[in-house]
Amino acid sequence: MQQPAEVFDAIVVGSGISGGWAAKELCEQGLRTLVLERGRNVVHQKDYPTAQMHPWEFKYRGRMSREFYEQNPLISKAAGFGADTAHFFIQDKDHPYVQQKPFDWIRGYQVGGKSLTWGRACQRWSDYEFTAPHRDGYGIEWPIGYNDVAPWYSHVEKFIGVCGTKDGIEAMPDGEFLPPFDFNCVEKHMHKVVQEHFPDRHLVHARWAHLTEPEEIHLQQGRGKCQARNLCMRGCPFGGYFSSVSSTLPWADKTGNLTIRPFSVVHSVRYNEDTGRASGVKVIDTNTHEEFIYEARIIFLNASALNTNLILLNSNSSRFPHGLGNDNGLLGTHIGFHLYRGSVSGRMPGFGDSYMYGFNPSEPILANFRNLKRQEMDFVGGYTTFCGAYRERKHHLPDSEVQIGADFKHAVSEAGDWYIYMYMQGETIPKKGNRVFLSADKKDQWGIPLLVTEVGYDENDEKMLADFLEQGTEMLEKFGCTDIRTRDSGQAPGLDIHEMGGVRMGKDPGDSLLNEWNQLHLCKNVFVTDGACMTSTGNQSPSILYMALTARAANFAAKEFKQGRL
Amino acid sequence: MNRRDALKLTGSILGTTVIGAACFLDGCKRANRESGLITTSDLALLDELGETILPATDRSPGAKDAGIGIFMKTIVTDCYAPAEQQRFIDGLGQIRQRAEREYGKGFMELSPIERYGLLLPLDKEAREAAGKGETHYFSMFKQLTLWGYFSSEPGATKALRYNPTPGKFVGCIPYNEGDKAWAR
Repeated sequence: MQQPAEVFDAIVVGSGISGGWAAKELCEQGLRTLVLERGRNVVHQKDYPTAQMHPWEFKYRGRMSREFYEQNPLISKAAGFGADTAHFFIQDKDHPYVQQKPFDWIRGYQVGGKSLTWGRACQRWSDYEFTAPHRDGYGIEWPIGYNDVAPWYSHVEKFIGVCGTKDGIEAMPDGEFLPPFDFNCVEKHMHKVVQEHFPDRHLVHARWAHLTEPEEIHLQQGRGKCQARNLCMRGCPFGGYFSSVSSTLPWADKTGNLTIRPFSVVHSVRYNEDTGRASGVKVIDTNTHEEFIYEARIIFLNASALNTNLILLNSNSSRFPHGLGNDNGLLGTHIGFHLYRGSVSGRMPGFGDSYMYGFNPSEPILANFRNLKRQEMDFVGGYTTFCGAYRERKHHLPDSEVQIGADFKHAVSEAGDWYIYMYMQGETIPKKGNRVFLSADKKDQWGIPLLVTEVGYDENDEKMLADFLEQGTEMLEKFGCTDIRTRDSGQAPGLDIHEMGGVRMGKDPGDSLLNEWNQLHLCKNVFVTDGACMTSTGNQSPSILYMALTARAANFAAKEFKQGRL
Repeated sequence: MNRRDALKLTGSILGTTVIGAACFLDGCKRANRESGLITTSDLALLDELGETILPATDRSPGAKDAGIGIFMKTIVTDCYAPAEQQRFIDGLGQIRQRAEREYGKGFMELSPIERYGLLLPLDKEAREAAGKGETHYFSMFKQLTLWGYFSSEPGATKALRYNPTPGKFVGCIPYNEGDKAWAR
């Protein structure tokens, strides 16, 4: 085992959406910071090989070969996966895990992680989401509330650039917004119908991490205006959407305090029995399989929700034989995710004289209207609904028409009917039985135990899904849709790519792992600020909360560091 | 690409099923990869089949200009499941036989009007089969032709409007009947 000569104040494990933020804040505060990334390096613009490719330049026009699908039944299911984005996803065979219950674990191992391929929705949590689990008896109390995070939401929003409108909705507090993306004509109609028929519901413009009108701070990052290509997940050569690669990491690098070490999988966090603190991390070079020890006074775990669980579970010492900080045995339990199974769609007659210019990379949001201030339904938790209307090339002609030949070609070269869709993003209950743990006998190619997933749906999910399908249908009927179809995708948990929890925050060290500053209760110089820290799942897209919590914790850590307490 | 597009790909919205999709949904057995699954003479036939479905007109090029034969060969060889490949190859045989039976000559010797006359009832048959949940071989030719043509350079840029970098998004603009759709 080798001990590198460089000295670091802080180590950040992971370079994705939260790791990038930890690196930026720590470096700006003057801490010499090492970012460990298990995958390869990705440099903004240079490493976006498909960004400017035309559809006809892809051999299978966006799809992959049969052989690839056969070998990658898991990763090829991910939203946005295709020939143009495959390089930002793992391949199944390289990274096995054990599914005690079906769980689609979607991963992107490279500098930037899944921030390259994320959905970019950026709604804030309301205080109701922080308080509802305890209020309605389906979770423990969060140690923080909306007011603790609000200034950090602003801090993050201003830097990454989030478009949207200030709508004054209780379920979804306003943020610092750049101008919104337009509604199209049918979405304007939907907005009006919701206002007229559902006074307690709010259909609003997308709150998405796109630079609709870049400000000085964004130009300083070298990022420019979103070009409305909606090819985001290839990596944006314009820096139109936020990723670690286009924004936080190069920003951190400018301070001169950043070192990124790719191809470095973290095996465990090392605990010093004498000091009662973590002393560093054990790293394995993924190519050479050499082991290294890196030491630092502060360690941020941002390895992605389940990998952060894995690292802590694998960090054993005589003081902590069952994983670092895990006296209560709750590490790896209470895994949550988002209920994504339901969608509703229908044909929208009319509006034949309207069309759109450009490709909207965002989607209108219907704020949660269930169980907001008290439990009103036969299920707990709420759901956010994403929706929209689109008009593509004509795909269907009336059956009576001739459907080959010149006239047919001209007909299908024109725009077709409008369609409306909605899909849900529902809160799930964090339960002790929904857990991950280490395999007793199976290891990966670096000798690290495989993660076992035991996470499933429950009756609450089924009731919420049924409610969404019913309400969605009713709204589409009110819009005037025909041919309405409801769908339960039946997908396994995980495919939502919103897995969270396992190292939850809480007030009481007896029933939680982290305190209000995301420090392990029992090992204060280890911070967890990725999805693993979540006490409950809420119903908003979680990434921006991870970023806000990370910035908040990193600034706290830097202050403690400077005052000699860490 | 966002989650909206992912929903569409599953066919949940438009109700269209992509042939070959069965592979990544259910997994499938490895094909016996024989070289020359689709022969040179097949390629010429595929070009003409595609051209009959989407012919060159004064408004836009035809499927042959989009290299539709090569495209079909690539997709069928590398993406189709073995059973689908077999149906596709059998379909080519059936088209050839049909030409002999109805016109007393090979498909390649037929005039464009004769080809059109041959394929018109086949398309009806295929659509009826689709209504019953069956996959007719002609649906494969047609689906591949549409996909390959509109994603090709001539199809995307001449039959449709192609603008990979719009620069901004405008929600509502006028659309007049006959306007070309945006290529994606």
